[in-house]
Parts: sequence; structure tokens; C-alpha cells
Amino acid sequence: MINKIISIDEAADMVKDGMTIMVGGFLANGTPERLIDALVKKNVKNLTLICNDTGFPDKGVGKMVVNKQFKKIIASHVGTNPETANQMNSGQTEVVLTPQGTLVEKIRCGGNGLGGFYTPTGIGTEAAEGKEIRVINGKEYVFETPLRADIALIKASVADKKGNMIFNKTTKNFNPIMATAADIVIVEADKIVEVGEIDPDHVMCSGIFVDYIVGGDK
Amino acid sequence: MDEKKVIAKRVAQLLNDGDVVNLGIGLPTLVANYIPEGIDITFQSENGFLGLGPAPKEGEEDWELVNAGGMPSSILPGGMFFDSATSFSIIRGGHVDATVLGAMEVDEKGNLANWKIPGKMVPGMGGAMDLVVGAKTVIIAMVHTQKGKPKILKRCTLPLTAKEQVDIIVTEMALIRVTKDGLVLEELGPEASVEDVVAATEAELIISPNLKRFGVEE
Repeated sequence: MINKIISIDEAADMVKDGMTIMVGGFLANGTPERLIDALVKKNVKNLTLICNDTGFPDKGVGKMVVNKQFKKIIASHVGTNPETANQMNSGQTEVVLTPQGTLVEKIRCGGNGLGGFYTPTGIGTEAAEGKEIRVINGKEYVFETPLRADIALIKASVADKKGNMIFNKTTKNFNPIMATAADIVIVEADKIVEVGEIDPDHVMCSGIFVDYIVGGDK
Repeated sequence: MDEKKVIAKRVAQLLNDGDVVNLGIGLPTLVANYIPEGIDITFQSENGFLGLGPAPKEGEEDWELVNAGGMPSSILPGGMFFDSATSFSIIRGGHVDATVLGAMEVDEKGNLANWKIPGKMVPGMGGAMDLVVGAKTVIIAMVHTQKGKPKILKRCTLPLTAKEQVDIIVTEMALIRVTKDGLVLEELGPEASVEDVVAATEAELIISPNLKRFGVEE
């Protein structure tokens, strides 16, 4: 069996200047905080972030925003982190606001081999500007394209050594979707168990999507 | 009675037994406190669960179980956790009976603006654009005016959240239904007169021949 377990520093070293990263979590709930801390320490720059939101200045990806590590942010909501607005207003960071359901579906398409989808969300708003509009059965839809990343940073409550995952309660959110949509997928798990310890009926996301696992000592 | 309580109580009476309902952050959250006895509502939280319950007591917070505002929450028996793609399949797919949101502006056509004030505040739309398009009934719960300025307008001036999706507007002064013919004033708040409502509303109002007063006793 391939050993997927590496150190946090080894994981952080895979993220290079200019890369696109996806980070799981919803207002920092279900965000791999230790990987974020390691990336703040490593101080990689000019990254593109794909995440539901920009967390808080002291929590989640918000810490990397405060450290000015993103040239572009694709998110549905940035209102809980004033630093994002500062960088957006000063032109330091490009912020692409995307409806939450559209954002997650773009990521799902990226990981599921689809070329995009038509959604009614955003019709008649800025979110549909410049995009193809199509009428299907008398209703307007806007065409949205897939999103992928170089690296996805995922938070799991439990992972086995193959990377099969369990997410506790509301920490699931974007994590299992993002795990399918990046070239390299790194999971920070609270607990790492032997293969077979998780009942296959209880696996929420397969280890086939996972390249590396960190953590396990919580 | 406090105006927010009046609004929340009246909105709660609009919900039907068995409904799946999503409540926005802020005033709409209060609606859950006033569901009439015998009415069973399943609340959906767009960060990833059905069966949203009351906020936990101090000291009993579980930070792996948060609501869409990122605050500790609870799940009731019969509930379910899921990922963000499933959450928005539920929302866009028409499986949410009603969504209750706040608004900065609403207009005669049922257009809604609540996500952006250009140059001032750009928090992002989060899940609002999906909710407003996907839910069967869109209820706006808000105070009637903003510092004395009307919020119910002939035409929204701010960037739209969605085009022609609002069904009902509930304020402390009125219950207004959006129809093909325009906005119909169906009910007056506990202390408002028709003249008060007309004066506080920029949009044209059609006065219902069956005009009533809210029943929202203490």
C-alpha cells in the first residue's frame, strides 16, 4: 500500500507561488487550520483561492488573506473578513463573488468530468453578466463552467490510511466535493485509523481521491 | 410589541405544517421562535443540514455543528447532515417550501436587492441568489423603512439578488403580496393605517378589498 501520510511541512511545501488552491470549510467550520497555519508560515504568494468564504481574520483561510497571500479569490461571501474588502477596494486582490450553489456545482463539475451546467440562479443579476443565457422549457438559465485547482486542502474528522473519510456534522460542506476537483488532494484528519476500521457504509468520501494525509493526533 | 417580534410572528403564521423552510441571518432567524403549536416545520441550513434546532445553552456549544451564520446550533431528531452540493440541490431543486430573507430593497415586480451596495459594502451573495430562485415561496421579512427612507420601491436601485422572485413582503406595518398586477396591501400591522403604509412606501400599492389587520397578540 502506498504511504499517503506525510508531515504538515511536507504538505505545505507542495503549495508553490502562483498556484490555485481549494480550501474546504464554511466560515472556517471544516477548514484544515493546521495546513493554513503552515501556509501562513511558509508565506507562499500570488495564490488563487477557491473557498466558500474568506473566514475571519484569525480563523480559517482568513489568516492567509490577512497575510496577503492571494492575488485572486473566488468565493460566495467575504463579509466576515474586513481584510478581504480592504484588499479588494485597494485593487490588491481580485475577488470573484459567485452564488454559493453555483460555486459548489462548478467545483462538482470540475471533479466529475462535466463541461458545465445551466442554472436559474443569478438570472437578471451581475452574476449572469457576460455569460450564455439559454431558455429551457420556457425558463431562463445561465451557463456556468467547471472549476479545478492545483491543490485541494481538505479537513476530515477521521481518515483511514487509504484516505477514506468521515466528516463530523456540519464540517462536511465543501470538503467531499473539493476532494474530487484538484490535481493534488491533501487531507488534514483529526484522527487517522487503519484501513478497515471505517465501515464502508460510513465512508463519506473515498480515499481514491486522496493523495496525502496529515495530522491524526487530535 | 417590538417591531422585529411583530414581523417574525406574522411570518411564522404564513408557514404550513410539513414545510421545509430556510431562514436567513438576522431578523428571519427569529421566525423559528414563533411557529404556532401543532405546526411541524423542518428548517434547512444551507451550510449542510436539515432539522436545524435551537441554539445550544452556553457551555454546551459544539463547534462542529454550526448554522449558516457560523454560530453553534443543534439538530433535531429526524435531521440529516449533507455536503454543500446536496444542500443546493435541495434548494435549487424546489424542495424548500419557503425561504425568509431580509432585504435592502424590494420593488413592484418582486425584484430583490440584498447583497451589495456598490462602493460601500460588498459582502457577497452567499446562498441568497440560489435560495430566492429555488424556494417555492420567497418571503421578505424586514422593517418597512431604512432611517425613514422607503425600501419598497417602484424599481430597485441596487444590484439585484434575483429578478421577479419575491412573493410576500412582511414588515411591522404591512403584509404585501407581489402579484401580476402589482403590490397588493393585504394586511396592516398592529399600529399602522393605510395612509401610514402608503407614505412609507415608494411603490404603488393596490389596497385589497379584504384588507385586514395582523393577528399577532403577545
